[in-house]
Amino acid sequence: MKMASQTTTLPQQRRLGLRIERRLEQPLWLRVLTPFILIAAALLIGALLLWLVGANPWVVYNKMASIAFGSAHGWSDTTIKATPLILAGLGVSIAFRMRLWNIGAEGQLFIGAWVATGFALFWLPRDTPQALMLLVMAIGGFVGGALWAFVPGVLKAKLNINEIITSLMLTYVAILWNNYWIYGPWSDRGFGLTPQFPRNAWLPRFTDYSGDFPFLRGITAHAGIFLALAVAILLWVVWKRTKWGYEVKVIGDNPRAGQYAGMHLARKIIAVMLLSGGLAGLAGMAEVSGVVHRLQERFSPGYGFTAIIVAWLAKLNPLAIVPVAYLFGGLLVGSDAIQPAGIAKMLQGVVLFVVVGGELLLQYRIKMGRSASS
Amino acid sequence: MTTSPYAVEMRGITKRFPGVLANDRIDFQVRKGEIHALLGENGAGKSTLMNILSGLYRPDEGEIAIHGRVVEFHSPRDAIRHGVGMVHQHFMLTPSQSVAENVFLGAREIGFVLNPQRMAAEVRRIAEQYRLPVDPNAKIWQLSVGEQQRVEIIKILYRGAEILILDEPTAVLTPQEAENLFVTLRSMAADNKTIIFISHKLEEVLSIADRITVLRSGRVVTTLSAQGVTKTELANLMVGRQVLFQLEKPPAHRGEVRLRLDGVCALDDKLLPALRNVSLTVHSGEIVGVAGVAGNGQRELAEVICGLRPLTAGTIEVAGERMTHLTARRMIDAGVAYVPEDRNTTGSAPNLSVAENLILKSYRKAEMGAGPFLDLTAVERTAASLVKAFNILTPSIKTPVRKLSGGNLQKVILAREISSQPKVLIAASPTRGLDIGATESVRSLLLQERSQGAAILLISEDLDEIFAISDRIVVLYEGCIMGEFETADAGLTEVGLLMAGGRAPSAGLTTQDKG
Repeated sequence: MKMASQTTTLPQQRRLGLRIERRLEQPLWLRVLTPFILIAAALLIGALLLWLVGANPWVVYNKMASIAFGSAHGWSDTTIKATPLILAGLGVSIAFRMRLWNIGAEGQLFIGAWVATGFALFWLPRDTPQALMLLVMAIGGFVGGALWAFVPGVLKAKLNINEIITSLMLTYVAILWNNYWIYGPWSDRGFGLTPQFPRNAWLPRFTDYSGDFPFLRGITAHAGIFLALAVAILLWVVWKRTKWGYEVKVIGDNPRAGQYAGMHLARKIIAVMLLSGGLAGLAGMAEVSGVVHRLQERFSPGYGFTAIIVAWLAKLNPLAIVPVAYLFGGLLVGSDAIQPAGIAKMLQGVVLFVVVGGELLLQYRIKMGRSASS
Repeated sequence: MTTSPYAVEMRGITKRFPGVLANDRIDFQVRKGEIHALLGENGAGKSTLMNILSGLYRPDEGEIAIHGRVVEFHSPRDAIRHGVGMVHQHFMLTPSQSVAENVFLGAREIGFVLNPQRMAAEVRRIAEQYRLPVDPNAKIWQLSVGEQQRVEIIKILYRGAEILILDEPTAVLTPQEAENLFVTLRSMAADNKTIIFISHKLEEVLSIADRITVLRSGRVVTTLSAQGVTKTELANLMVGRQVLFQLEKPPAHRGEVRLRLDGVCALDDKLLPALRNVSLTVHSGEIVGVAGVAGNGQRELAEVICGLRPLTAGTIEVAGERMTHLTARRMIDAGVAYVPEDRNTTGSAPNLSVAENLILKSYRKAEMGAGPFLDLTAVERTAASLVKAFNILTPSIKTPVRKLSGGNLQKVILAREISSQPKVLIAASPTRGLDIGATESVRSLLLQERSQGAAILLISEDLDEIFAISDRIVVLYEGCIMGEFETADAGLTEVGLLMAGGRAPSAGLTTQDKG
C-alpha cells in the first residue's frame, strides 16, 4: 500500500502544531480560482512596491485600468498588444502540453516577421493583390517560425538535446540575424529599420473603414485579432476532439505509455515544435503587417517571453489564453501612460513570480493539527 | 534503562489522508528480540503504520514508545537516533557509488575527509557479523537486487538500528535469496535485535515470524503467535472472508503456433547483451510461464516481442507471419497485446482518465471516430462497457487512473488489452503488488483468455503464480533459456536452481565473499 502523499513537518514549528502537507487533490473551486487569486496577490505585491516608492497604488491601478479598458481606443490599443500574445501564447501552449519547453517563441516571432518582411518588400512584385500578398506573408511567417523551432525539435527528437537551452539560445541568433538585415541589406538609409511596407502588405485595420463607419476612426486594431481568435478555437477543437490532440495529451503525461501505444515519439516532437514555432512566427507576421508596417529593431517588447506567462497562467487552455492575453495587453497599454515606464515590466515580473511560486504553494495546505502527544 | 518487555509500543495510532482513514486507532506491540510480521492486503495500512514508526509520517493521533519511553519523531533521522530503521521496498542507493560509500552516505560522524580503508573494514565487520555477504568496494549497479538489499540492511545497522523494519523484503528475491535473508534475520533476532517484517505472503510469514499482527482496512484484526496457525486461517483473517487457493484450470486445448521466437538477441539499456539466442514458441490456447529472477532479460524479452526494443539477431513470427519491420504500432496491429510489468510508468498515463486509458490501444480505429476526429460518445460508450464487463471499481470513467488502487488499475490495463481480442498476450508480473482478491481475478481473466484461444506468455518472478496457471515453463537466466518443462513435470526446486544459473543454493553466498 502506497500513500501518494508526503508530509513535510517543520520541526521548529512543532509546538504550534502547524503542519504543511501536500494536497492529494486540488478541489475544483481552487483550480478555477487559482488564476484570480494569483493575479490579485501579484497586484497586492505590486501595490506594496508602488507604495514604497511613494505612489498611491489605488490611483495608479485606476489610471492604468481606465487607459487600457476605459474607452474604445483603449480597447483597441489593448487588442493590438493582445494579438501577438494570443498567437505566441497559443504557440508555446502547444509545446507545453506535451511537456516540451519551447521558450524560444521570441526568436520564432522575429524570424516570422523577417520572412513576412522579405515577401512584403523584396520577394514579391509590389503590385501583388493584397489578399495574395497577405496570404503569402502569413504562410511565410508561419513557415519561418516553424523552421526556427524545427532546429530544437529535431535535436530533441533525435539526440535528446535539451530544447529549453537550444530554443532560448536560438532567440538571440534570431534577434541578431534581424539586426543584420535591418542595418545592412534591407536598411532604410542606414537606420535600424526597413522601408515601410506597401499598403497591399498591411493587414486591414478597423480605422481603414472609417469612411463608411465614422465611429471606427482611430481604431487601429487590425485583422490579426480575428486570426488569433480563430486559431484559439481551432486549437480548442484539436485538443478536445481529435486523435492528434489525444496523442499529445498521452505523450505529455507519460511518453513511455505513448510509445507503448504505438505512437511515434520523435515524429510527434518535431510536429509539435513546428506548430508551436509556426504560431509564434504568425504573431511576428501579424505585428509587422498589422502594426509596425516595417521591420525594425525591438519591434517586439518581449511578446514571445510574455506569451510563456500568458500560456502558463491560462493553464494551457486555448480559450483561457485569450482573456489572459488581454489582461497582459492591458498592463502594457496602461503602463505606457504612467511614469516610471518600468512599472509594466515590474508588474509582469511580479505576476510571473507569484504564478510560479503560488502554483506550488496552492498544492500544499497548512494544517493546524493536534500534535501527537507530548 | 527501562524494564518494558516491548521494544515498540504504538498506542491508538490514527492517520488520515484525504478521503482515506489509513490507520484507525491502531495498537501495536513488538517484543524485544522477536521477528514480528505485519500482515495485510494492499491498502490495509501496513506501510503507513511503519512509515509513522520510522519517522516519515507523523500520526494524527496516538503515541509511540520505544523501549518503554514515549518518543516523538519528526524525521527518519529522529527515528534512527532512537534505533529505529527501515528498509524500503524501493532501495535508496546511489548506483554509481560503492557499497561502502553508500553505507556512509549521510552519516555525520565520518567527517570531511573519507578514509576508504576504514569504511570498507567497517562494512566488512557488519557484513560478517550478520552474514550479509557483500563486497564493500563493489559499485551498487554491479550488484544483484538481493545484494542491494543487504547493503540497505548494513546501512541501517551501521547507523545503530536496534529495531529493523523491512517492507516486503522478499518481493524482489529468488526463493534461495529469500532463504538466505531469513537466516540473516534469525541471526539478528538471536542477537536481540527486533525485526518487523511487512508482508502479504502467507508462507513466508509462517516460516519466519514469531508473532503476527494482521491488519485489515486500517485496523488491527488480531495479534497472534505464529505457532499453530494455518495458512488458511491467516488468509481468512487478512481478507475477512473465505479464500480459495486453487483456481479452476481446465485442460489446455493447444492449437496452432501463434508466437515463435528464433535465436532472438537484444541489448539492454546499457547496450549490454540482455537476450542471448532465445528461442521459444507459444501455441494458441496455452500459457507459457517465463520464470526468472528480475533483471535476467524478462523486460527485454517482453519489449522485443512488443516492438519496443530492436532485435540484434533472430526472428519473430506472429501467427505464422514473420515480422520484419518491428515497431510497437506494427505489433499492435498484428494482434500482440502487452500487460507491462510497470503499470504506472508504461502501462498507463496516470493523470489521464479511465476512459482515456482504456482507448490507448484502440483510438486509431474507425469506430473511435472518423479520420482525424475522436468521437467522444463512442469513447465513453466503450469505456463504460469495459468498466462494467471487467468490474473496474472507479467513481467514474473520468477519474484519473492515478486515483485507482493497483488492482483496479491493473483491471483497466487488462480490460484494454483483452478487449482487442489479441492473438498473443504478453503478461509481465500481472499480479505484482496486488492483494489476494485482485490476484485471483487477474489470474482467472488470464485463464479465461486462454480458453478463448489466445497464446499467453506469462513473465513473472512469482514462482507460485507460474506454477498455478501456466501449462509450460521456461527458465530465463542471464538472457538464456536454461530449460523448458511441462508444468505437470516440473519441480519447484529444479526450477529455482535453474533460475539461479544452475548452481547449488549455497553458491550464491560463497561467490560474494571475495571482499
